Amino acid sequence: MLTRRSLLQAAGSAALGTGALALPEIFQASADPVPLTPGVPDGVKASAVMEALPGKKPLIKLSYRPPNYEAPLEYFRTPITPNDQFFVRYHLSNIPEIDPKTYKIEVGGEGASGQTELTLDDLKAMPAYEVVAVNQCSGNRRGLSNPHVPGVQWGYGAMGCARWKGARLKDVLNIIGLKPEAVEIAFNGADGPAYEKTPDFIKSLPVWRALDESTLIAYEMNGGPLPHFNGAPARLIVPGWTGTYWMKHLVSIKALTKPQGGFWMNPAYRIPVGEFPIVARFVSQETATTTPITEMVVNSLITSHADGAKVKAGKITISGLAWDGGYGIRNVHVSTDGGKTWSTATLGQDLGRYAFRPWRFVLNAKRGANSVMVNATNAIGQTQTASLLFNPAGYHNNVMQSVTLNAS
Amino acid sequence: MRMLIVVAVVAAAGAGLSTASADEPIIELKPGPGLDKVVGNCGACHSLDYIPMNSPFLNAAGWNAEVTKMIKAMGAPIGDSDAKAIADYLAKNYSP
Repeated sequence: MLTRRSLLQAAGSAALGTGALALPEIFQASADPVPLTPGVPDGVKASAVMEALPGKKPLIKLSYRPPNYEAPLEYFRTPITPNDQFFVRYHLSNIPEIDPKTYKIEVGGEGASGQTELTLDDLKAMPAYEVVAVNQCSGNRRGLSNPHVPGVQWGYGAMGCARWKGARLKDVLNIIGLKPEAVEIAFNGADGPAYEKTPDFIKSLPVWRALDESTLIAYEMNGGPLPHFNGAPARLIVPGWTGTYWMKHLVSIKALTKPQGGFWMNPAYRIPVGEFPIVARFVSQETATTTPITEMVVNSLITSHADGAKVKAGKITISGLAWDGGYGIRNVHVSTDGGKTWSTATLGQDLGRYAFRPWRFVLNAKRGANSVMVNATNAIGQTQTASLLFNPAGYHNNVMQSVTLNAS
Repeated sequence: MRMLIVVAVVAAAGAGLSTASADEPIIELKPGPGLDKVVGNCGACHSLDYIPMNSPFLNAAGWNAEVTKMIKAMGAPIGDSDAKAIADYLAKNYSP
């Protein structure tokens, strides 16, 4: 098993392998080194620490307030991410702990025929559905953007995959009845800003996506209650779409007849029109130049070995995860010659089209440096990119990952 | 309400001063002119680790854009002279 110490050694040998003579900054930052993703800004090495939030195992702390913590590579060795290893991401720092007994969601809006209030018991009394789905921050891997762009400098770990259980949003919207003129459904959580003039984090979905059978209001995560830092008592689950829509601590659902405004809809969470191969559109929010981020792009990650890991020469098994925006993973290819030729990896357990898909590949490591590159293809034929599709917010980074294994 | 942050604004000059919540370690920023404005203004709404984390790649224009964003988009009540002192401090201490 890879320990923090071996990751550190891996980071050191990686730096030496590129010709650097000085020790990397990670050695100087802390007595308890942090297994950061190669390529994040140097300032992250100086400020990130491993720290356990209440109820959590140690995660990589990027910011304390609001709390932004990502999972180290070693937490991605299984297709389900345990609740206490799941990443934490907040925009606003006033985060109440909610008493499940008094918790309520207000449901209504001018695009609805009626309105109602739902308690946690009300939600649990509705037909329950389960889905295994990846929750990935839109900005996952932002820290690897070249050039770097401002924001939380996530490496690989602003993601996780859980089995979510809850009521269908569609069934909740059926209680109030949508008017024909409803265009979007807006969501608000209980967390709010530290300062009253800071825009509250409010997000909307197009009606079609809100009515999708996979969209849930989840009150269970991997068979237990949601951890506080992952949105207790209930949160929105939008399988296939990036985490920005997965409203935590959900307290308000409103049917809208006009598009939702506010900073968090525009200019935040936008991608340039036409840059990415996106199928799912959010037409009511589109402008001539930008469109809201929607579904995740196809991606993969080697999780068995960190870049620069030391291995024994001979047969070794490389393994990892692949995922996409909900079309499902068709196959994963591995190259050991820098992308000239590719071999097919063996896919593991299929937990559904929204889940992490494990894969593995047996490699014959020769003495010295071995390059391993991975590229996933989804069920509609989309593949990862060879080079970065730059955008100002650092979204949708699905550049094929390449690691070097040093065999002796 | 464990995570409800009670912000203690420390209005002192010099190195090592910080605004922090009850369970938030002090983030030591580089000493220099304007640090007190950074601590008092920026630290009122977010922990100061956002600054080293976003370094060293923003130039003076990049840091100025961040300060402007905090005022215009995030509503931060920062006056012109403090805003300039903050942007200058960030450019001097956290640029490439």
